[in-house]
Amino acid sequence: MAWQWFHRLGSPRWFYQKTSAWMPWLALASLLLIGAGSIWGLGFAPEDAKQGNSYRIIYIHVPAAFLALAGYYIMAISGAIGLIWKMKLSFVVMRAAAPIGAVLTFIALFTGAVWGKPTWGTYWVWDARITSMLILLFLYIGVIALSRAFSREQVADKACALLALVGTVNIPIIYKSVDWWFTLHQPATIKFTEKSSIDPSMFYPLLTMVIGFYCLYAWTLIAHTREKILQREWRTSWVQQLMGGESATESKAG
Amino acid sequence: MARKSPSSNSLQVRQLSCERDGRVLFAGLDFELGAGQALQVEGANGAGKTTLLRTLIGSAGDFTGEIAWNERAFPAALPDLRAHLLYIGHGAGVRRGLTPLENLAWYGAGRGEAMRALEQVDLFGFEDSLCHQLSAGQNRRVALARLFLPGAPPLWILDEPLAALDVAGVSALQGQMACHLSRGGSILFTSHQPLALAGLRTLNLSEYATEEPEPLAEEGTDVFA
Amino acid sequence: MSSLEQPVLDYTPRARNVAGFVALLRSELLLALRRSADIANPLLFFVTVLALLPLGVGPEPDLLARLAPGMIWVVALLATLLSQESLFRGDFEDGSLEQLALAPQPLYFAVLAKVSVHWLVTGLPLALLSPLLGMMLNLPSGGYLSLFLSLLLGTASLSLIGAVGAALTVGLRRAGLLLALIVMPLYVPVLIFGTGAVQAAVDGYAYGPQLAILAALLAGGTALAPLAAAGAIRISLDN
Repeated sequence: MAWQWFHRLGSPRWFYQKTSAWMPWLALASLLLIGAGSIWGLGFAPEDAKQGNSYRIIYIHVPAAFLALAGYYIMAISGAIGLIWKMKLSFVVMRAAAPIGAVLTFIALFTGAVWGKPTWGTYWVWDARITSMLILLFLYIGVIALSRAFSREQVADKACALLALVGTVNIPIIYKSVDWWFTLHQPATIKFTEKSSIDPSMFYPLLTMVIGFYCLYAWTLIAHTREKILQREWRTSWVQQLMGGESATESKAG
Repeated sequence: MARKSPSSNSLQVRQLSCERDGRVLFAGLDFELGAGQALQVEGANGAGKTTLLRTLIGSAGDFTGEIAWNERAFPAALPDLRAHLLYIGHGAGVRRGLTPLENLAWYGAGRGEAMRALEQVDLFGFEDSLCHQLSAGQNRRVALARLFLPGAPPLWILDEPLAALDVAGVSALQGQMACHLSRGGSILFTSHQPLALAGLRTLNLSEYATEEPEPLAEEGTDVFA
Repeated sequence: MSSLEQPVLDYTPRARNVAGFVALLRSELLLALRRSADIANPLLFFVTVLALLPLGVGPEPDLLARLAPGMIWVVALLATLLSQESLFRGDFEDGSLEQLALAPQPLYFAVLAKVSVHWLVTGLPLALLSPLLGMMLNLPSGGYLSLFLSLLLGTASLSLIGAVGAALTVGLRRAGLLLALIVMPLYVPVLIFGTGAVQAAVDGYAYGPQLAILAALLAGGTALAPLAAAGAIRISLDN
């Protein structure tokens, strides 16, 4: 029974038809949550005692940074499922997750830099978190570059899944080593806001934003996956039907 | 270690379909290759001859249907099949930086055996030159010399073994193949040329080509690529 | 198959894990020694790039001494990387990689043999050459032993990690830059602890912990990287 379910979940067609119903709800949820979180965080949350208003960028920075890392694991796990159970759909999800994760990593880096200017007086500091984030971006770029290098999709799928898995094994080691490296070179003047001491009045809007970003991520991932499914399965009859009678009749007429 | 008689080796293929880049190359392929049997795979260019061979040795993953080696299905049977397999593909598997003798040694041949095998493929005198100094045809013959080694495995899968061989080479190879069959070996090969082997069957892949450009895709069967 | 009068083919598959590994190691070494240019090129690259450094930043001894550990390590890393594109290429093109993948012995051992030889002809000479470059860059005297030891351990890890990238890109026509792109981020821990060891030694601290971590990375890499590379080879062969 469970196998049957798994079997169906792996079918691109089933996925495409099922997710059609989810898409508007996910879009609505992310719109509401991000909208509410932004107004709450930017308009009503109190000012930070030390950093003033510039801290408010965490409402974008923190969710993006969370998802950047989570996205890598989502990508690697779907790749692993594809490799182990030879499921077409999970390869598609993996391929769709790579550019989204890279964009989120870039957003996290960019907002970090914007925040760094008023706080540290410079856009870029080789701090442990920023450096780890940068390496994460490189890992994403590696997967994307590899996926584009192959002419055959099936080979690209498997190669990227393997690279993503290798990256997953390495991420904890990279993070630890960068931490260690930073403590060695840490300039005494830079101090960080302790995450644990965040006030509830700042924390709840942040939580809203994080959940909103997760919804947005899910929406984007599914949208990308759906698009890629259509690209890959264009030859099948169900996609041909979906693409509408008009194109079919046109091609017959022409 | 007690082993069952090697003459019981058999390769069975049932309802095999191979897909490449979303295109079905052939579908509904059925055949059996037992001990002492030879099968020649024919077909137009692009009919999937090489893909079929690579599927049978487990190097190309995407197929539907059943492949069984000694009644055990793929992929569980793969290690045992590979242990009994001698495969020569498009790439000859001859390392250009080594000499023919060293290449055969790499495949586990002793010096005397290797020398005799090289003599039979007409490479006597070349055994100590580096393979990148030899011509493409000569390199091909270094690969084929593996068939003349005494301890050759029972299942031979050969992709275009006759390519780049002269008349004498073809007849020597034909003789060796006949000898292998008479000892209970099995041979599956692709070739454009007809070969004179007793009991040789042929399989024309073009007859199994599908009209439908649609991949193997209805109702869940498409899940496992 | 009913009446066979000829002697029946008697075949027993050879399980030759250890013997196969040794045979492969020998033929790899033979191949490597015959392509002496491939051995010399990474070393020449190593020396040439480091000779350019003073031309770029100026010849002040103090500045060079400060840059030396990091620069030597970064260039050693690049030299290893550049030499690695061809690790599986020849075997892929002539079909012997496919034969290795079909061999009864696990592909893991074949990769391990190839990587060991790669390290013997690039990593080891780089480590042996490093004191000379340390001298040219005015590395303080305390740093030499740690530079040598850290390169000895670290380049082996680099060879292992790079093998995964080389296996993934072996079927591609121009893989050089792509290989760098996918492998570089994975090199980060080795680089950090390698330079860390030298820096600690220069500053007069104990560098044993860093070397221990490098050894641990090497142990982990030896266990996992050939597995990943073997998987990557099978993927690349299905092309």
